[in-house]
Amino acid sequence: MTTLHPGYNFAYLDEQTKRMIRRAILKAVAIPGYQVPFASREMPMPYGWGTGGVQVTAAILGEGDVLKVIDQGSDDTTNAVSIRKFFEKTAGVETTTETARATVIQTRHRIPETALQEGQTIVYQVPIPEPLRFLEPRETETRTMHGLEEYGLMHVKLYEDIATHGHIATTYAYPVKVNGRYLMDPSPTPKFDNPKMDMSPALQLFGAGREKRIYAIPPYTKVVSLDFEDHPFEVNKFDKPCALCAAEGVYLDEVILDDAGGRMFVCSDTDYCETRRAEGHRGEMLGEAPAFVSREPAE
Amino acid sequence: MYVAVKGGAEAIDNAHRLLAHERRGDPAVPEIAARQIDEQLALAVDRVMAEGSLYDRDLAALAIKQARGDLIEAIFLVRAYRTTLPRFGYAEPLDTGAMAIERRVSATYKDLPGGQILGPTFDYTHRLIDFALAAEASIEPPARASDSSAVDAPRVSGLLGDEGLIERNPPGHGDAEIGDLTREPLSFPADRDLRLQNLARGDEGFLLALGYSTQRGYGRNHPFVGEIRFGEVEVEFFAEDAGFAIPMGRIQVTECEMVNQFVGSAETPPQFTRGYGLVFGQSERKAMSMSLVDRALRAREFGEEAKAPAQDEEFVLSHSDNVQSTGFVEHLKLPHYVDFQSELELVRKLRAEHAESRAEDARSPDDGDMMREAAE
Repeated sequence: MTTLHPGYNFAYLDEQTKRMIRRAILKAVAIPGYQVPFASREMPMPYGWGTGGVQVTAAILGEGDVLKVIDQGSDDTTNAVSIRKFFEKTAGVETTTETARATVIQTRHRIPETALQEGQTIVYQVPIPEPLRFLEPRETETRTMHGLEEYGLMHVKLYEDIATHGHIATTYAYPVKVNGRYLMDPSPTPKFDNPKMDMSPALQLFGAGREKRIYAIPPYTKVVSLDFEDHPFEVNKFDKPCALCAAEGVYLDEVILDDAGGRMFVCSDTDYCETRRAEGHRGEMLGEAPAFVSREPAE
Repeated sequence: MYVAVKGGAEAIDNAHRLLAHERRGDPAVPEIAARQIDEQLALAVDRVMAEGSLYDRDLAALAIKQARGDLIEAIFLVRAYRTTLPRFGYAEPLDTGAMAIERRVSATYKDLPGGQILGPTFDYTHRLIDFALAAEASIEPPARASDSSAVDAPRVSGLLGDEGLIERNPPGHGDAEIGDLTREPLSFPADRDLRLQNLARGDEGFLLALGYSTQRGYGRNHPFVGEIRFGEVEVEFFAEDAGFAIPMGRIQVTECEMVNQFVGSAETPPQFTRGYGLVFGQSERKAMSMSLVDRALRAREFGEEAKAPAQDEEFVLSHSDNVQSTGFVEHLKLPHYVDFQSELELVRKLRAEHAESRAEDARSPDDGDMMREAAE
């Protein structure tokens, strides 16, 4: 265990602030999908880089927790490394890359492929918590719209997509309705991950630091992606399995191999991919892929 | 190669080591001390204290050094430190009327009690590069008034107020607590206390541009500089144990009181209105901009039509904070390839469909045109 930073409280935030955040979280859990305003603090990392998620994690973290941090599905991306180090330094908790071992998972843009379990909490970093924001820039208006459950505007937007493109042109941050009441932004996860939110046994918490909002999906809550009867919601399917671990039905990153059009598709969830390879699953390019794709994660 | 974002911990450590190296620059050049920054780049320190919302010269100077002179980065450092400090309570309201004045100008009166005091100002300097500064020049000692007693300068707004020519400042909240947007999230509509707090922390450049826009007709409010004053004021704190306010120390502030075009109604005779600016340290640009924007944001209160950006409370207050702005703009540097992958896939799909329909059109042009019209 690393030595904790002197002069700072466990997990950085002072206890008063944690209490304030926990109260907001409790309210958020009580009203699934409702955005609870909270007195977001200035954090030692920039706004837009996960300050909301970090505050939520700091407020719920206990000494016995095991923390996993991912960005784009990977434990090894720079910002995930930075946030994991922050909690190693300020809370000294155990960290892991293994989804199944983690009690708290902070994420940006993905939900792990390994199904979450009861007792786990996933904390999403949220840039713009308001699903209606790009349709109506005013907070005063959007809060009223939520109050009246007036979501026609969003349906019109999705309809216009279909009229223009033949498809709903929203591929990430795809709006969902939570517990039959609140329209919610699932954070900019690809819509591929939306079904994982539905009836998940894990507690899902969302923190938006700059916008000062917390919202939540309690375990076993209905989460429905908006759609139309004749244009039902569907997730993207990839033509090929992962080139390294042969996984199917998972989200893949496209990796450009050269400047002659060579590319491969590999699991976005690096832990999932590595676990499968360790179990002996072999994709068609395993062994020939460049080192930067197939390398083991750094400690 | 972009995959370098999967570089992990070692790359980050090395980048920061390189940053420290670059910060130091050529080791043959003497290292700058925070104290030198405080003394010789004092206005930069003032700005960092003002927008960092923390009056601490040493800390602000150190932050500027750490940030390599990037003031928004320095402001961010100060903010992140400030947020960890315990709050004891609110100071007593500052009495800027009792300021130890170093500079005080009014544009509404040629002369007035207390006089016009130019003090240390760039105004009326010719903006010619002073090459003598490249060498260590000896500086003439400043001229001092023979009468060293403190200037007694009643506020211009007070002089106008005696005649009832300017709106009365609304009475304070009484015992009601003043809002604090660092403790409670901002909600709209926001009261003036919160608006002023937001503007006082707001980015100088943003407020400058908004203030400027009101002068160019986007929410014009006919301002006059009633008064700008800069100097030291005493900060007092009411101590429950002692039962009276005790002085905590002195801080430098710049205050601007803008006198704006009048309003009147059937009940009240016409009178001037106010815009207010108060900033840590010496920054007239910020204090003046703040008072222009404060007045613009009061449009609703005076029943004015509010359609210019500077009058739009949600727009102004949501975008004034440069720590928030820079964080969110710069977060675009973070990897977004998961979302981009979804977009790629959709664009490819749409392009394929587009090509298909073009091919069909080519086969039966008449039908194709009709189809498109129907779709439109």
